[in-house]
Amino acid sequence: MSDKSGKVGIISCSGEAIPGGTISRVACRKVLEELRPGKSVTICLPLFIAGGEEERMFADLFPTITVDGCEKRCAALGTERLSGKPAKTLIVTEILKKKGIPPTTKLRNLGPEEKAAAQAVAEEIAAAIDEVLATK
Amino acid sequence: MDKKVAVFACSGIGKSLGAVAREIGYELTERVRPDTTVLTCLALLVINDPEARKLVTENPVIAIDGCVKDCAKKSLEANGAKGVKAYQSIDFFKKHSHLKPEGIAELNEAGKELAALAADELAGVVDELLAEEANNV
Repeated sequence: MSDKSGKVGIISCSGEAIPGGTISRVACRKVLEELRPGKSVTICLPLFIAGGEEERMFADLFPTITVDGCEKRCAALGTERLSGKPAKTLIVTEILKKKGIPPTTKLRNLGPEEKAAAQAVAEEIAAAIDEVLATK
Repeated sequence: MDKKVAVFACSGIGKSLGAVAREIGYELTERVRPDTTVLTCLALLVINDPEARKLVTENPVIAIDGCVKDCAKKSLEANGAKGVKAYQSIDFFKKHSHLKPEGIAELNEAGKELAALAADELAGVVDELLAEEANNV
């Protein structure tokens, strides 16, 4: 990777059909807007298929952190196959388990429990960004 | 097992219209046609997941995209889906321009109302697709 921007690319699975996908999406937005603005950028995962060469260069341009909602690891596998090897791979369900937070169940209209889970995942992503930037 | 219409929505993380597409998917599959549709993660098509490929090649499919990049439609076609009924949330907004969607992680009420109207409109598409399937058996 040839990053000169001081930014890390975050790629969320954003899976529509699983609660962890919604958490990954909300947590990534929180990182981009609140926790690490200016240090993080993103790209929509399916753009690796629908986009062109520019989109597929994403992992060459930035060190990437993938955030998956479940053990299928679509973001990690898709990024590695179509763009480049991620610097770190995170999975929502593992983060919640590690932090002792019960798995979420809602896909939309998030309540306080889901928002707390998203905050916890966002903080983990932010810490991962700091680690990646510290090793550059 | 009776066929269902597979619904794939934009996984967009950068635009309100992507969030609208996602909400349309939920409205369509949870409220409007819960028994005859199934929502599946678009990301599964990025990794060519075998179960997702089987779903999209053996069932009628609706794609709801959030922008002109058409990620859902293109991902479906790349995985072998034929005759995809493809829509963009901007087209619903043009028809209901008083409902301006705002927010990405959390859609505003106007965006949710827009999604509900769009899902109501897509109910007829679901019914037509399943009727065509029944006629082809």
